[in-house]
Formats: sequence, C-alpha cells, structure tokens
Amino acid sequence: METIKSPADLEKSKAAILARMHGKEKTRIRVHMGTSGLASGAKEILEFLTLELQKRSIDADIIRAGDLGYCFAEPTIEVKRVGEDPLVFGNVDKQKADEIIEKYIKNGEYVDGILPVNYRTI
Amino acid sequence: MQLLVCGGTGCNDLQSEAILDNLRLELEANALENDIQVIKTGCFGLCKLGPIVKVMPDEIIYTKVNPDDAREIVTEHIMKGRKVERLLFTDPITKKTISKAGEMNVYKKQLRIVLRNCGVIDPENIEEAIAHDAYKALGKVLTEMSPEGAIKIIKDSGLRGRGGGGFSTGLKWEIAFKNKSDEKYVVCNADEGDPGAFMDRSVLEGDPHSVLEAMAICGYCIEAGKGLIYIRAEYPLAVARLKTAIKQAREYGLLGNNIMGTGFNFDIEIRYGAGAFVCGEETALIHSMEGLRGEPTVKPPFPAESGYRGKPTNVNNVETFACISPIILKGAEWFSSIGTQKSKGTKVFALAGKINNVGLIEVPMGTTLREVIFEIGGGIQYGKKFKAAQTGGPSGGCLTEKHLDLPLDFDNLIAAGSMMGSGGLIVMDEDDCMVSVAKYFLDFTVEESCGKCAPCRIGNKRLHELLEHITKGKGTMADLDRLRNMSLVIKDTSLCGLGQSSPNPVLSTLDNFHDEYVAHVTTKKCPAGKCRDLMEYFIISANCVGCTACARVCPVNAITGERKEPHLINPSICIKCGACMEKCKFDAIIIQ
Repeated sequence: METIKSPADLEKSKAAILARMHGKEKTRIRVHMGTSGLASGAKEILEFLTLELQKRSIDADIIRAGDLGYCFAEPTIEVKRVGEDPLVFGNVDKQKADEIIEKYIKNGEYVDGILPVNYRTI
Repeated sequence: MQLLVCGGTGCNDLQSEAILDNLRLELEANALENDIQVIKTGCFGLCKLGPIVKVMPDEIIYTKVNPDDAREIVTEHIMKGRKVERLLFTDPITKKTISKAGEMNVYKKQLRIVLRNCGVIDPENIEEAIAHDAYKALGKVLTEMSPEGAIKIIKDSGLRGRGGGGFSTGLKWEIAFKNKSDEKYVVCNADEGDPGAFMDRSVLEGDPHSVLEAMAICGYCIEAGKGLIYIRAEYPLAVARLKTAIKQAREYGLLGNNIMGTGFNFDIEIRYGAGAFVCGEETALIHSMEGLRGEPTVKPPFPAESGYRGKPTNVNNVETFACISPIILKGAEWFSSIGTQKSKGTKVFALAGKINNVGLIEVPMGTTLREVIFEIGGGIQYGKKFKAAQTGGPSGGCLTEKHLDLPLDFDNLIAAGSMMGSGGLIVMDEDDCMVSVAKYFLDFTVEESCGKCAPCRIGNKRLHELLEHITKGKGTMADLDRLRNMSLVIKDTSLCGLGQSSPNPVLSTLDNFHDEYVAHVTTKKCPAGKCRDLMEYFIISANCVGCTACARVCPVNAITGERKEPHLINPSICIKCGACMEKCKFDAIIIQ
C-alpha cells in the first residue's frame, strides 16, 4: 500500500476506505473479542458464525472488534442489517447465534437479549 | 413491528415482567401475536424513567410504563397508530414531549470519549481506525500548530492525568517541552495494577491507534522522537494488538521518519513489565524500563527533567492519551464544557464486585455515585443493601451511603477520604466486612511493596498483622488507636505513592465504619458474619427436626443429638467449615 504523505492523503485514504466499506452494502456482524469477550467464549461464536453463514449461503462481513464494556453480558455481537441501525445481542451462545441468524439476519425478526445503546458518543 | 421492553434490573424491579406478559396477552386478545413481536432487552440507560417500552420501527419510547398501560399501547399505538401521549417523556425544561429515541439520548448518563471506538472498529485493521478519524488530529497538529499552540489547547482543555494523581496534562507537557535536550521520551504507562481495574486494557485491545496517535502528538509537542509503551506482560492480547497496530502505522507512514511529509520523526517501542504494582509509579516504571530494579526514587528530579536514560521524559496513562485526539479535533472549549469546575471531561470506571452490570462505563466527571451504581450499574446484586464502594484501588478509600449523591471528580473524592485512582470501582453490599476489606487491600500492598523504604516495608506489614489480630477477635480498643497512628506515620514518611497511600483503606474504613471495628474488638463479633474466627454456628431448636443430616456431614463430630430431637453444636470443637449449614434443609442452622 502507499504511505500517507500528507494530511490531505489521509483524508483521501479515509474516503477511499469508506467508499470500499459502503460500496458493497451487506449485513455486517461485529464479534466483540477483547479479553472479557474471549474469556466468555467469543471465539467459538466467531467460528460458529463464520461456518454457519457460509453453510447457509448468507453473504455477510464478520469483523473482530474489541469489547464494548458489557462484561455482564459477554459474549456480545452486533448485527447491522443493510439500511437499519445496528443491534447488539448479549449472552450469545451457539443456540442464540443460530436463532439470530435464522430470525434476525435472515428475516429482520427480533430475538430476546437485545442490549440497547445506553450511552452517547462523540 | 416490535415492542422492546427493558429487562434491565432497574426496570425489572418495577415490574417489567408484568408489562411483557400484559403486552403479550393484549396482542393475543386482538389476534396480533403473530404480527407483533414482544422482546425483552437489556438496560436502555434511562433507569430513572423506567420501565421503558420502545416501539420499533417507529422508534417511539414510552417511559414510566405501568403493567396496566399495556392495553392502551396495543389498542392506541399498534392498532390505530396514535401515540400514547401520556406515556411520552416531557422535557423538564422546555416542557415539550419527546418521543423519538434519538432525542432521548441527551438523558443518557454515559458519554463515551475514551471508549469512542472500543467495540466499534477492528483493532487489527488500521483502515477501520482511519475511517473513524484516527491520525487526523496528528495531521492537524503537525501542519497547523506549533508545539506551544498544541500544548496550550491541552492545557486549556483542563485535562488531568487519568492514572491517579490528577496532575494537569498540559502543564506536564509544557514542563517537558521547556527542558531542552537533544533526546527526549514519551512514555505510555499501561501498567494497570489496581485490583478490579481494566479500562486501559480495554482501550488498548479495542482502539490501540488512539494511544499511538496521541503519543506522536505528545512527541511533537515536547520535541521527542521516541515513544515507549510500558505494558504488563499479563495483557497478552493488548500486547499483540499493539504490536499489529504499530506495524501497520509504520507501513502507512504514520509512525517512523518524515510523518505525513512534515519532517517529524517519531517511533514507538513496547517495553514489558512483570506485573509489579509499584512499577505504575513513574520513577519505578522508568527504572524498570532501563533494566534496573523496579524501585521508585525521590522526586524531584521529576521525569520531565531527568527520566528515561536521564533525559526529559513525559509519562502519561493510557486513558489520558486516549483523550488527546478528540480534544485537538473538537477544541479545548468543547472538552472543558464537559465535567465539573476543576475536573474536565469524562472518566472510565470499571464496575466490579456486587453490582449487576459488571463492566466498563464512561461518564462525565461530576456524575454521582448513585447514578453510577443504581442507574448505569443496575443496582446491587440480589437486591441487597449497598454498603460501600471502593475507588482508587488499594490506594483509595471507601465511599458509603452518605456519599451516594457526591458528584464524582478528583477533588470531591479526595475530600471524601478516597481518590479517583485509575477508575476501579468495587461495590460492596451488606454481607461484606469492612475490616476484612481493609485487610485484603493491605494484603495486596504488603505483597507489592518493593521494600526499599522502612515505613512501607515494615509499617504495612505491622498494619496487616494488627488487622489480622482484630479479625481473629484478639484486638483491643488500643489497637484501633494504634492502627490510626501507624497509618498516619506511614503516609507521612514513605518514599513513593505506594506507601503514601497504602494506609488509605484502613483510615477510610476506620472513619466510616468505626462501629464495625469496635464490634470486632469489644463484643468480638463480626456484624457482617464474614470473619470466620468470630462466627459461631448455632442450631435453632424450634426449626431442627432431628434429621441428623448435619451431624453426619460434620467432619469433626461437633454436632450431637438424638434422632428426631433438636441437635446441638459444640463451639469448642466446631471448625466453622459451614458444611452443616449447607446440608440443613430446614434453615435451622444460623451464624451468630
């Protein structure tokens, strides 16, 4: 990749990255994999989602992120369906992950365990 | 269409379960159960307004909902599409009703500045960070500002060190800038050692570039070319992600030589700590990085004059660095508009102990302890009574019920006999014995004292022995005076921050829970029932049916009695293992 040689370069590469991210609108899943997420089994959930989405022919991006701070509800995952606000689900085990795929990712049907955004950000 | 009902503990206490049931019943009554989903969610962060019901996709939020309101929500909103005006939130100032979820945000207690990207970006992909404006502040500083100009912004913002001391960050940078030298260093203190604190770890794991960028900005401001991150080796994931982040930043030309074509050179290396608590103290940290023993030295000279390799060095904590880029991008005025008069911005707290929502939160300075524990934290586990909250870890003190409405900031906490520390907040309930809590923290400091100065090495050990004595029922009233006197001497005469603050848990529990100490030494009883040596297991004969289960499980045969007759425990034989109490099905065994 090319190195960034000026603040203008940085802006350009930000625009390019954003264009690439939004160019292929599809469902985006974030698995929160900080220490507390991993300790509660986030890795198995990541593997399960990767495998199952492929098996069920669902085209989605899976991103590994850090923890959200919801240690009491780990593992947590965030799902953003195209054109919708992201939703965070807590206490996700394989069964829950399966339910999320079948109901929410496929049909947009909500499932129990949603963690509403309880903070503002900048 | 979906109905989201808050199932957070705060709302649950206010019958959110009944609301869920009633909503489902009403939907069934109108044959809508297949079209409308009713979902139980986690906490909305609006506990004062709970219970909350949110209607999706309309994004309408109803507050203070009663189980009886279910009918109106279903018949009016769902069936006729008319908002139930009476359940909407009325802004106390403008008197306007607010219904849209987005507009309710202002009422949320948490504000994320430090944690802005944690859990949002992929920490191992610099592109995601750049998409969220990483390194933009660095570009701005390098091309548009002089070091003095940037330092002035940090100074004006009122940012104070988040590692514990609360010293002005801008001032610290200014001192390091003014000390001229051909070689200077920027050090990031990631030696997070307080029991129960993990905010630095989460920042490094979730958003490492925010720290790297801020270190480079600091390097430009104080004219240093090298940054060092001192991180404990117990944080393997944070270390791995930092390494990846540094490598990617170098590849993109955001670290290294001639950053963004400005001629500014800055690079960062990682140094590992072996997990010694004292190495969080900046002089000890620097010695440890130099390969020497991790022991503190007397200040002055401060690291800003003579630090790493005897050169001017600026040491800041992870959370402090994570505040820098937003301040540069949004301005000093924006940052100083958040918080209290003398403590600006936000603070991340790690909630731990007997609280429902264990985890990381970030609130503006000045948020009260009550809001933190009972709204954001969801209250005390199992509905028990709040007793105390320890802030500042082993160097801090405890806050009690009378401090619940205290706005949390640097100065208020010190006035209350505690300190901000790095932001660990351990919550204790009615079952916790405060003498044992003080002993626990002393246990930690005795273990972690480096042993260089006598007051800390010997004094803390003696303090611990005295507390041990008291929890064994061997203490006297004179011991309480001795505890206090010795604590004050240790504070006055210790070399570094560790010893100067280690007696704080003792002093603060002595002040706030004096009765509990007195009970331990006079009546030899532990009011919380935690100190094993002061407990006595006792069988209530009225409840005992003589099933003999306790006698059979007792490992020392301390329980006697005939079948179908009330049993007795012989306290002189009993070893207080608690096996009998666990076994008893009739609640006949109690602790006295």
